[in-house]
Amino acid sequence: MTVATSPAFRTIHPRVRKPRPALMRWYRRNERVVLSVAGVVLFFVVWEIGSAAGFVDKFFFSSPSAIATAGASEVTKARFWDDVRITALELVVGTGASVVLAVPLGIFIGWYRRLSLTFDPWLNFFNALPRVALVPLVVLWFGLDWNMKAVVVFLGGFFAIILPTVEGVRTVERHLLDVSRSFRASSRLIFTSLVIPGTLPFIVSGLRIAVGRVLAGVVIGEFYAQTQGIGVMIYKAEASLQSDRMLFGVLIFTVLGIVLYESVGAAERYFQRWRPVREDEA
Amino acid sequence: MTIDVAREPGQHMALSARGVQMEYRDRQTGHRLLALERVDLDIPDGAFVSLLGPSGCGKSTFLKIVNGLILATAGEIKLHRVAKGREDAMVFQDAALFPWYSVVDNVAYGLVCAGVSRKEARSRAVPYIDLVGLKGFADKYPYQLSGGMQQRANLARALAVDSAILLMDEPFASLDAQTRELMQAELLRIWTAARKTVLFVTHQIDEAVFLSDRVVVMAARPGRVIADIAIDLPRPRSLEMKQTPEFARYEAQIWKLIAHQQPSDTAPVP
Ligand SMILES: Nc1ncnc2c1ncn2[C@@H]1O[C@H](COP(=O)(O)OP(=O)(O)O)[C@@H](O)[C@H]1O
Ligand SMILES: [Mg+2]
Repeated sequence: MTVATSPAFRTIHPRVRKPRPALMRWYRRNERVVLSVAGVVLFFVVWEIGSAAGFVDKFFFSSPSAIATAGASEVTKARFWDDVRITALELVVGTGASVVLAVPLGIFIGWYRRLSLTFDPWLNFFNALPRVALVPLVVLWFGLDWNMKAVVVFLGGFFAIILPTVEGVRTVERHLLDVSRSFRASSRLIFTSLVIPGTLPFIVSGLRIAVGRVLAGVVIGEFYAQTQGIGVMIYKAEASLQSDRMLFGVLIFTVLGIVLYESVGAAERYFQRWRPVREDEA
Repeated sequence: MTIDVAREPGQHMALSARGVQMEYRDRQTGHRLLALERVDLDIPDGAFVSLLGPSGCGKSTFLKIVNGLILATAGEIKLHRVAKGREDAMVFQDAALFPWYSVVDNVAYGLVCAGVSRKEARSRAVPYIDLVGLKGFADKYPYQLSGGMQQRANLARALAVDSAILLMDEPFASLDAQTRELMQAELLRIWTAARKTVLFVTHQIDEAVFLSDRVVVMAARPGRVIADIAIDLPRPRSLEMKQTPEFARYEAQIWKLIAHQQPSDTAPVP
């Protein structure tokens, strides 16, 4: 008796690959997108059906179709676009200033060991401080206009970015610094060839945190100031018990958050082409 | 641009070290460590000299002092002046390539540091990329290269600045045995073509014997030179030479010198 026919052996068979139908192949390639879209759609469908059938309370939770209707009427109003403009202005100025100031300052502080030791307690202090608590103070200084809210946004973004930036510069690869010095690189070249690219991943992770903080900052600022902006629209809709309008406002911030977050991701992928693509990112 | 092979080995010393001493001091504890104690070393122009010794005996320290990365605490080093370019260039132990630069930009880095425009530096880097056998990989990033290929790029970067002396700090230590042997043979080929003075650091006896005109044996705690052995084996050398009895004799001679020392990590702290 040969091994092939002997009952004393258990056979382990190979997996035979059957050709899959085209639709199945398309699904396998796009599984990520398909499933996440399905998840979102499913949520809205359950919500819609639930509120129509009555087991989701329309008064508190509205429904996707009501939100869409409220949104459609909202975008025809001049007041709405004024709110959008104000919120956008606050966000752009506040975030822009925080990036423009935090990145160079963080690199500067991180590069000089003594400077970073001196600034360390202050950076940690402001980062640990619940910045919401500062809002009344900011109002005292800047009044209730858009610039006060831009300052609140700025405070959210600035510390989220400067801390990792300082850390990034401080942890620049010693080996590579030796290479630069060995070849007598000028300080300028050390910065452009080593410090900046080495710190970029840290700056990006700071930006990711900053996205959440600047959005929180603009909403809190607008809630507090009660003057103009999408945050005020949400607040007023709540006061008049219009849950559909309110949720439409929330949706705007949510979409804004996703767009900003994805932009950071896209910028990261562009600047870090030199990095191996990790399995879980692919 | 071609590689200048016309450099004739001269009669002068390329490097001359006298009484080089290095004492590290710990910033926090103030604890002192004598990494090098009175090292004397002369390297004639065009020679291939290895520094051989156990880890921690101060080999890297010596190379860094020659390279100017750190300053010795006593003694002096003289490097023969060159008409143009640099006296010395370093090949680092862990390839130490910039991960965000492609191979060509990494190889061009030393030239860019020397003030050459990026465009010209790139074109001058190309023959060196070919020389070390990386033709076709110029636009790859370091993560796309194997360890051996990274070391080739590391070598090309140092070659590209066309210095008189090449300082190599255990460049093949992290490679597998097979790749290492291949790189040793490659290095001899390149050395023959580029005709440079090489100061090669290693802790492997066979590597030192195979490559060198002279093997300078060091001992640890404190780091010092204990022997200077001329390797009179014919050149050009091939890997088969490692099987010859003459080669084995040199290995045995050096092994005895090293085995005579206490292992550096069990020796009492002076
Ligand atoms: N920057 C440093 N500060 C303090 N001690 C150091 C420093 N660099 C090296 N040493 C010490 O000096 C000794 C020699 O180090 P090194 O030159 O790296 O040895 P090798 O290259 O031969 O392995 C070692 O004991 C090491 O711990
Ligand atoms: Mg070493």
